[in-house]
Amino acid sequence: MNVSGTLIPVEHDVVIIGGGPAGLAAAVRLHKLGIRDIVVLEREKEPGGILRQCIHDGFGLTRFGESLSGPEYAARFIDEAKTMGITVRTDMSVLEITPERVITAASKDGLFTMKARSVILAMGCRERTREAIRIPGTRPAGVYTAGVAQAYINLKNIMVGRKIVILGSGDIGLIMARRFTLEGALVSAVFEVLPYPSGLPRNIEQCLLDFDIPLFLGHTVTEIHGKDRLEGVTVSRVDDSLQPIPGSETYYECDTLILSVGLIPENELSEKAGVLLAPRTKGPSVDEYCQTSVPGIFAAGNVLQVHDLVDFVSAEAETLAESVSRYLRDKDLPESSIPIETSRDISYTVPCRIGGNTDWILSLRVKEPRKNIRIELIREGKVIKSRKFRKALPAEMIRIPVSARETTGSGPITVVIRDE
Amino acid sequence: MQKIYDVIIIGAGVIGSAVARELSRYTLSIAVLEKEADVVSGTSGRNSAVLHAGFNNKPGTLMAKYCVEGNLGFDQAAKDLDVPFRRTGKLVVGFDEDDYHGLESLKSQGDRNGCPGLELIDAARIAGLAPGIGGHFALYSPMTGILDSFLYTIALAENAQKNGAEFFLNQNVTGIGKKDENYTVRTDTASFTGRWIINCAGLYSDRIANMLGISEYTIYPCRGEYFILDKKLAPLLPMPAYPVPNAKSGGLGIHLTPTVDGTILIGPSAEYIDDRDDYSSTRPVMDLLLEDGARIFPALSPNAVIRSYSGIRPKLSGKNKGGYADFVIEERDTSPRTIHLIGIESPGLTASLPIAREVVSRIAQWENLKENPGFDPTRRGIVRFRDLPREKQRERIAADPNYGEIICRCETVTKAEILEAIHNPLGVCTFSGIKVRTRAMMGRCQGGYCQTRIAGMIMEEKGLEPEEIIASGKGSNLFVGRLRDS
Repeated sequence: MNVSGTLIPVEHDVVIIGGGPAGLAAAVRLHKLGIRDIVVLEREKEPGGILRQCIHDGFGLTRFGESLSGPEYAARFIDEAKTMGITVRTDMSVLEITPERVITAASKDGLFTMKARSVILAMGCRERTREAIRIPGTRPAGVYTAGVAQAYINLKNIMVGRKIVILGSGDIGLIMARRFTLEGALVSAVFEVLPYPSGLPRNIEQCLLDFDIPLFLGHTVTEIHGKDRLEGVTVSRVDDSLQPIPGSETYYECDTLILSVGLIPENELSEKAGVLLAPRTKGPSVDEYCQTSVPGIFAAGNVLQVHDLVDFVSAEAETLAESVSRYLRDKDLPESSIPIETSRDISYTVPCRIGGNTDWILSLRVKEPRKNIRIELIREGKVIKSRKFRKALPAEMIRIPVSARETTGSGPITVVIRDE
Repeated sequence: MQKIYDVIIIGAGVIGSAVARELSRYTLSIAVLEKEADVVSGTSGRNSAVLHAGFNNKPGTLMAKYCVEGNLGFDQAAKDLDVPFRRTGKLVVGFDEDDYHGLESLKSQGDRNGCPGLELIDAARIAGLAPGIGGHFALYSPMTGILDSFLYTIALAENAQKNGAEFFLNQNVTGIGKKDENYTVRTDTASFTGRWIINCAGLYSDRIANMLGISEYTIYPCRGEYFILDKKLAPLLPMPAYPVPNAKSGGLGIHLTPTVDGTILIGPSAEYIDDRDDYSSTRPVMDLLLEDGARIFPALSPNAVIRSYSGIRPKLSGKNKGGYADFVIEERDTSPRTIHLIGIESPGLTASLPIAREVVSRIAQWENLKENPGFDPTRRGIVRFRDLPREKQRERIAADPNYGEIICRCETVTKAEILEAIHNPLGVCTFSGIKVRTRAMMGRCQGGYCQTRIAGMIMEEKGLEPEEIIASGKGSNLFVGRLRDS
């Protein structure tokens, strides 16, 4: 790395933006594949990303076969990276990535410029706010997103409120319902606008049912009250098109409203680098190599698609590492010009296009809960892959491995859901 | 013995702050009383932040006179006070024949008011000036500009303070008494004595006037709601775009305005309300803003909204009358040495310095004002790391490593800037105070990433406990305390 003030950028094989689960897993796998010139840039004082504040357990069941806390899960990768001697630069914020893969980052020691042969985007995601969903009413203190409340409580030792209402049944909201209860706060209820929960069934079970916290589906907050500190919220039932039903209002007194209403991949740096985003995931449009529209720039983890399990973030980042290693060796990757299309009952797929010359993993989410379905990949009217699911939930990402051998035929691949 | 001020100014919005600044040119002792925890807490910051040209106001009115004066003199004020400002020009767009007639009369009104350069232009010219704006024809006003209305008021206040004015925050005036030649202004926690009183109380200016025996003015609060849009749409809107105003409405119509920070504002609605402090946003207006906004600005999408806010116009014309009553700048023999500024709504931001100079000249009729020999018209704001070229950024970090620590990612705000905001000269200590001074927490994640760190910095710098940290004013406590003894 160059000294502050020097304008000739130092070159690296791989620069990874973000030292959370995706960035760390990619770094470790790249090292195992023989790549040595790796730099991970992390804006926080410690690596680990959002896992640092996730002190609950349940991480690693798929990958390690045991239930770890967030920091424990992260530590496995941090320790491995340390043993390997991988450079993790903390306290360093990336200001810019150019399409030519020149990266400018700021730290207390100065501005650093580096040129990367390959860039891995692993910046994670951010939470949707009260403003993003446009809840009417006043603007008092006491309205927090679930992740912000979690950071105050678990990282800063600060309690944000005593009488809590939660809007949204995303996983962090459910986890926080339990966390607040364990800290002696009263969680009146969790409201979800959709007719089904957004979070994982196990979190509904362990965070709400086990603590007698009611979950109201098909309800949303329609007004926020209180001039200085939150005093209460109006909650309404919604109709089939999710519009509040007049006359169904109920007032809930509370000093805190926690929002768990969705996550958005954090792609401001990617867009500046010229990376095209997929409208449905809000993450980069990638091929089966996790390569974005800009050659040599790759993406994995929540910056690409919002995951429900960190285990799959790690897996995705490792798949990406294989591609990056191949890219560095061959200085190129095969063209990916086969588009992947979907039926309307699928929220999205990753990747959005493939080359078809390698084994790959199709990730997708269903739009609504379904039972006894078959997910089929169709090409030229022929089913090239079919998988049966007894149950499919929007909360659970579905991953289907597809081999190169199966990817036969020509033209686009269409993914459809069929009832059994 | 209590200090006797020469002048007590009630209200530290843009008018009170401008009056303080212009009076600080003279050897006067000045106290400014503000009921909120920061200056610019009411109408002055909750608007479109437009420097108007002056064609919307009737010829011969104070509004027209001071607006044109304020517009023409603003380059110097922005330079002296280090206020972000750009003369963008503005379009008032029309779609039908009625609109066209409306634009013609606006133009002739503007010409009479002395607004330079007004032109009626066709769709092709509109497309050349602002490709994202709809409309068949428009009135183009080259002198209209945009400014940071928060930083402008803060700059006026800080400059007044630098030149000797004293600011007292959290002082809600509850009564005014007179003894001999002096007035005593009581607040909920203190009292202040002075020879002159300047009523700059905005939404409450009628109540302050009432305390001094002037009872015929009534402020009709008229709320305007806004959305703030993500920066991604900014290239499509290089200048404010307004519809043709409706004479009966309390406002200029829902318009789109670029901000000096690169976001876009849509609004405001115009709704007469009863509660002068009700800054709510409402569902019907939120829907209306998106609908009306899309008419002028077809690229508008609900996904682009990052924040809503609302402001309240202190109007002297009530619901049934609508339109605009002129600014009131009034003295009465019954309460000598008091000047009342009432009904200072739009274009009050643009007119603020001419209004302040008018107050000075009124006082000068009675007092022998002596120039303040130490008066310095300049004030420097917090340097924004984000706006510096890379070389300057390097120099800053080398001189102070806190510039190398990015706290707010969305807006690229450094630790050095936030420290400067925490230690601001007016002594304001709120989340909002840091927001408007640095833009931290004002970007698309709305503080999701940086607010925990900023709370930590406030606690450390000010030696506060979590339960003492407030969002914007008394009672807006953000936290209930610590979880465990640490």
